[in-house]
Amino acid sequence: MKRIYMDHAGTTPVRKEVLEAMIPYFTEKFGNASTIYSYGREAKAAIEEAREKVAHLIGADPKEIFFTGGGTESDNWAIRGIAHANKEKGKHIITTSIEHHAVLHTCEDLEKEGFKVTYLPVDKYGLVKVEDVINAITDETILVTIMHANNEIGTIEPIAEIGKALKKLDRKIYFHTDAVQTVGKIPVNVDELGVDLLSISSHKIYGPKGVGALYIRKGTRIKPFITGGAQENKRRAGTENVPGIVGFGKAAELAEQELQEQYKKLSYLRDKLIKGIMEKIPHVILNGHPTQRLPHNVNVCFKYIEGESLLLNLDMKGICASSGSACTSGSLEPSHVLLAIGLPPEIAHGSLRLTLGRDNTEEDVDYVLEVLPGIVQKLREMSPLFPKEGGN
Amino acid sequence: MRETKEVYLDNSATTRIAKEAVDAMVHAMTVAFGNPSSLHRKGMEAERIINEGRETLASLLGVKAREIYFTSGGTESNNLAIKGVAYARRRYGKHLITTAIEHPSVLEVFRQLEEEGFSVTYLSVDKTGHIKLEELEQALKPETILVSIMYVNNEVGSIQPIEDAINIIAKNKNTLFHVDAVQAFGKISLVPNLRGIHLMSLSAHKIYGPKGVGALYVREGTRIMPLFNGGGQESGLRSGTENVPGIAGFAAAAELVFKNLDSWQAKMRELKERLKTGILSEIPDTVLNGPENGAPHILNVSFLGTKAEVLLHALESHGIYVSTGSACSSNKKGKSHVLAAMGKTAEEIDGAIRFSFSPFLSVEDIDYTLEVLKKEVSVLRKFIRR
Repeated sequence: MKRIYMDHAGTTPVRKEVLEAMIPYFTEKFGNASTIYSYGREAKAAIEEAREKVAHLIGADPKEIFFTGGGTESDNWAIRGIAHANKEKGKHIITTSIEHHAVLHTCEDLEKEGFKVTYLPVDKYGLVKVEDVINAITDETILVTIMHANNEIGTIEPIAEIGKALKKLDRKIYFHTDAVQTVGKIPVNVDELGVDLLSISSHKIYGPKGVGALYIRKGTRIKPFITGGAQENKRRAGTENVPGIVGFGKAAELAEQELQEQYKKLSYLRDKLIKGIMEKIPHVILNGHPTQRLPHNVNVCFKYIEGESLLLNLDMKGICASSGSACTSGSLEPSHVLLAIGLPPEIAHGSLRLTLGRDNTEEDVDYVLEVLPGIVQKLREMSPLFPKEGGN
Repeated sequence: MRETKEVYLDNSATTRIAKEAVDAMVHAMTVAFGNPSSLHRKGMEAERIINEGRETLASLLGVKAREIYFTSGGTESNNLAIKGVAYARRRYGKHLITTAIEHPSVLEVFRQLEEEGFSVTYLSVDKTGHIKLEELEQALKPETILVSIMYVNNEVGSIQPIEDAINIIAKNKNTLFHVDAVQAFGKISLVPNLRGIHLMSLSAHKIYGPKGVGALYVREGTRIMPLFNGGGQESGLRSGTENVPGIAGFAAAAELVFKNLDSWQAKMRELKERLKTGILSEIPDTVLNGPENGAPHILNVSFLGTKAEVLLHALESHGIYVSTGSACSSNKKGKSHVLAAMGKTAEEIDGAIRFSFSPFLSVEDIDYTLEVLKKEVSVLRKFIRR
């Protein structure tokens, strides 16, 4: 049977070039980067090279890149680190209601510690309004954290505009963006975005799991998060994951080289997929913004259908897809993102996210368009909610 | 520049990853590459890998699979254990106990907690690097919520009396016991079923597994606060997409090490004994730091009248890799806090070298090291001494 992986926003396979770059650091170059003899220096040099590549991808200085255990740790570090280092200036944080749980649950946790958090609403496309951000600011506000693009519906937020607006204020409010879904997919530049902190993950860009980075603009007051060792300029303790970091660096380098070409290819396939689904299947809603959208993201809701059974049926046809974020796919709760864009729970339950990647072809898209209508039809016929004869 | 002959004697800093572990990782990176939280086949393949890895570790330790939580490494495990207990149990008391010779990832966390209003007792150690049980007994108070003691010291290889400590701590109903076993796991036999231990930190890259992954054992029913939040992975204790290849490699390495535990332990002890006897009997003015026996893989010796860092580089030029203390602090100017706590003199601390062994070394490697040491130490002493 044909096997098609269309869950690249969940995770990506490690590409061959990345794996090849990592292998020597497992075996002959296995040193601990903190040791002072040649093995250690070799590992240290490899880490610095990777740091340059990651920095280059987002237009940062290598000194502003700190490697972590992944995107979730980066988000937690950014938010908690800023909150705890700046709480004497104020205890108010602004975010949105559609953030990844790594951001939302961290903000909720800080609320228990006495911080105040504003969760901004979004419009029906999932866009946050710049003026809402500015209007939410109080004398107590120390941090704004808004994702660069939403992981479920692919909407790209106006981060640069928010960054500009924040700069016009007469006092410094730190600005963090979770760019886990955008880095390597669309151009990301920390100066153009006007952010002070930016989270990145390796395994979303064909690098290994277990490694990520936090960009911290020079001069930012932030507390270290995991302590006990002088690694990462004393800001993130723990023996460096040298092969992981090397793989991440390689993945970043390749992502930068191929960005334009991949953008073109993916957005073409995305548009074809969206168009095909909308044409071939009735009672469908496209979730997310029609144009201000990640090039690889398709998210739709099929009315009268339960997303989980759709996924299982697709899996039986060899198609790996998701109903929303991978992290919450085990739960029965409807997506907080789909509820925030105004969908009723019964429709939010029928969501399907297809996220394309570099290995997907036009034939893959054709195959999905060939099997999906039949599956949807079959499931609807079994649904008591589906208006049979003459309904709409 | 490397010579043909290479003798890697810094296995407490990190180890060369085993082929079995690399194979398991490559599979997880290329074939079973899914996100374990995904509902489709690729996700389930990945989920199976982490479930199996958890079961492997649990069965090697004689504990339940649901008591094993994967982390990004030993440092994160120590941070999670100590902060997690302190924050979850502060209503029972704000007193904590640890030792003066812990790894920085333990000591730094306790210092941070002191700043936040906890009080910490740092147990002293004797000349060979062992805590004194009477001191632990006296330090325990009704409001003591946590005792954290390392199993094996990373610099001098002293094995702490963990079983005795368990019996003492067990008398205090409110006190949890955390053990940093990063240097003990896979090197010596641990307390069966970890009986009496509530939390234990493990690291993969010290046992021929990959860097960037570790685990925390948390005994069932022990409530601790997570360090960070997000997707709720690892039963909510450690959010973030699981490092599936890392976990696969960790489990493969652990299996390998436990299969060979007795023979590798014997082999390392033999090599250590050979180097120790050779140094102490053939090189004058040398002092053993730590116990006569101790852990099979760690030997710490002071070469009086030399500077350890200079000796380290001299050995490196012969392809021999050692350490001056723990790798984590070797970038810092600071002197070894472990040797200082053992009451070593400044001269002893300045000239201290740690040799840490693997079963993949040979008797010839050790004899070569001894020959080079004899020569280099006497050369250095001519330049430096008096």
